[in-house]
Amino acid sequence: MVDASTANSQENVADAFLQGGASLRNAAGPYFGSYGGRWMPESLIAALDEVEDTFEKAKADPEFLAQLKDLNKNYSGRPSLLTEAKRFSQHAGGARIFLKREDLNHTGSHKINNVLGQALLAKRMGKTRVIAETGAGQHGVASATAAALLGLECVVYMGAEDCRRQALNVARMQLLGATVVPVTNGSQTLKDAINDALRDWVSNVDTTHYLLGTAAGAHPFPAMVRFFHEVIGEEARAQILEQTGKLPDAVCACIGGGSNAIGIFHSFLDDASVKIYGFEAGGDGVETGRHAAAITLGRPGVLHGARSYLMQDEDGQTIESHSISAGLDYPSVGPEHSYLADIGRVTYEPITDTEAMDAFRLLCRTEGIIPAIESSHALAGAIKVGKLLTEGKENPADTVIIVNLSGRGDKDVETAAAWFDMLDEDGNVKGTTLSTRKPKGPSERSNLEISIEEASEDQN
Amino acid sequence: MTEQMTSKSAAAIDRAKAQGRAALIGYLPAGYPDVQSSIDAGIAMARNGADLIEIGIPYSDPVMDGAVIQAATTEAIANGFRVASVFDVVAGITAATDAAVLVMTYWNPVMRMGVDEFSRRLAEAGGAGLITPDLIPDEAAEWFAASDKYGLDRVFLVAPSSTPERLAMTVEASRGFVYAVSIMGVTGTRQSVSSSAEKLVADTHAAGAERVCVGLGVSNADHVREIAAYADGVIVGTALVAAIRDGGVDAVAQLTKNLSAGLGRATAQA
Ligand SMILES: Cc1ncc(COP(=O)(O)O)c(C=O)c1O
Repeated sequence: MVDASTANSQENVADAFLQGGASLRNAAGPYFGSYGGRWMPESLIAALDEVEDTFEKAKADPEFLAQLKDLNKNYSGRPSLLTEAKRFSQHAGGARIFLKREDLNHTGSHKINNVLGQALLAKRMGKTRVIAETGAGQHGVASATAAALLGLECVVYMGAEDCRRQALNVARMQLLGATVVPVTNGSQTLKDAINDALRDWVSNVDTTHYLLGTAAGAHPFPAMVRFFHEVIGEEARAQILEQTGKLPDAVCACIGGGSNAIGIFHSFLDDASVKIYGFEAGGDGVETGRHAAAITLGRPGVLHGARSYLMQDEDGQTIESHSISAGLDYPSVGPEHSYLADIGRVTYEPITDTEAMDAFRLLCRTEGIIPAIESSHALAGAIKVGKLLTEGKENPADTVIIVNLSGRGDKDVETAAAWFDMLDEDGNVKGTTLSTRKPKGPSERSNLEISIEEASEDQN
Repeated sequence: MTEQMTSKSAAAIDRAKAQGRAALIGYLPAGYPDVQSSIDAGIAMARNGADLIEIGIPYSDPVMDGAVIQAATTEAIANGFRVASVFDVVAGITAATDAAVLVMTYWNPVMRMGVDEFSRRLAEAGGAGLITPDLIPDEAAEWFAASDKYGLDRVFLVAPSSTPERLAMTVEASRGFVYAVSIMGVTGTRQSVSSSAEKLVADTHAAGAERVCVGLGVSNADHVREIAAYADGVIVGTALVAAIRDGGVDAVAQLTKNLSAGLGRATAQA
């Protein structure tokens, strides 16, 4: 739980670290403390080197940076707003809560920031094809979007279970011209989609860039994906200074692989006065074993190319994660987060499905904003943080908290309707004939037919 | 190549070489369909012409494996396979045959047990060493220490995409042999052997490797014959897994016999 004593002792460690003159914000990889690295087949090392080299050169190239800035502004709609959530704030101990509105970006989430950057790099490398994994479908949609914009072929791997949960996004990707490959291996979720994307990459590396969607994986992905999301934190920092005249007391974000979080954390990591919180998916509750809280309950291991906290059994087999939110349903986490957890700079806490869905509904009803279920984990966390930081304070409104609202909830309407018992037994919204074609409850699996190609030919 | 201690894999390859042929290396996953079958199948491979046996540890996220091996290892895990049983498989095969027995494993199961502990138990079971598909020498400091301590072979992979610098570094880090991946891809049977394999073997030899074995996509005696002409060993996986799946241990024995027919130097065959 978010509690004052651990928050304080951790703050002290981080304080000591920062007062030693060390900067945390620009860790370049490959290692973040003992995390990160390249636990990857040799076959892919040359490709990783090519990506790293291209990225390092692009980062120092004013032309590339101008191109990216132009797309961010004139295509994605950046800067995204920072909106004060006044009515929502009343439920968080009266702390002033500000929402960083990544939900307003083109395609509806922060994912577009990273995708535009990497798609430009793919062009620079002369690649004609991009592949991506996706959980919620947001990264897949963003990848399909960037591919359409830049004239690249796009193939998206998506767990078959996630295809069912996020059928709307499957259709969006197809409309954008991408091929969606449902992955039927393992848990049929994000981690298995990454496995298949890696198998594709190793087989097609000459023509193909793997557009990884989060700040995880082998070097240079964690540092590179962070770089493309740093704009979130840079904008938020300037906006909060402008709107409140001071730095926030706390910054909150949800953690799937950790890209939206590291993007907003980046600008505040070196400000010891700013408490930073990452909220993992607690699923049915961490005590049930059905969750995706890798930092809270995992132990270090290697998966998908990085050493990081990992949900694994005694044999080192990956444990399947569970969350109502497809975008957080991943059993590991980006390596920089593991490091920030160990040194105590960032506090990581689990949020259950129920807590997230309560916050989801609260934001809908108090602010007129339907958030992504992923982002709802950050909102639920912010309510706790708000109550904690305002405890015993005369002027709770002196406390300022920024929440990264990483995405909008359009894709989640069906899941939410099922969760809030808005459906009749045919799956229609009660009193209508509007079918949501979704499972009846949060944990029931459905046998829906979705009109996507079956897992295509095996790669051999 | 690090050769300061005797290498069981190198010895097995050299025995084949002394007979004027390349070595045959057969792969099967441990615990598929069960632990006893793996032991029986490993012994059957050794008795029908395999010089080295490669036992895979079933793993939840096998990114270098194609559909056939994935299906087998997924089933092994579903059947209750535990990582520590791999030592029983290794001990069972080494007790009954002269074959060098290596373990092929993704790295996380080794890390989870502890690299030293895993190495100690593998050596105790009579194992020759490890083949590590997702561990590159750059990340292998712990494995260097443990493999030296317990006298185990370190088989790293090289690929057609490896740069000259990486080839040299990997050859230097390896002991026993170097595993040359014939193609940019994952395990699975293929119609023909990629032309990139021969060049890679030549480059790896030129980088200082005494023994280079080729794997990925090798599935019949013709492939074996083609590779045996230029490599020190030929590694067969998917085809053997399909054999045990469809015909059990007898089919493994039969296929190994067929494959070993391709082993003689192509020139000697003509
Ligand atoms: C809206 C939204 N937020 C958060 C996430 C989690 O990813 P990350 O932790 O990389 O930000 C996702 C992933 O799909 C998402 O769609």
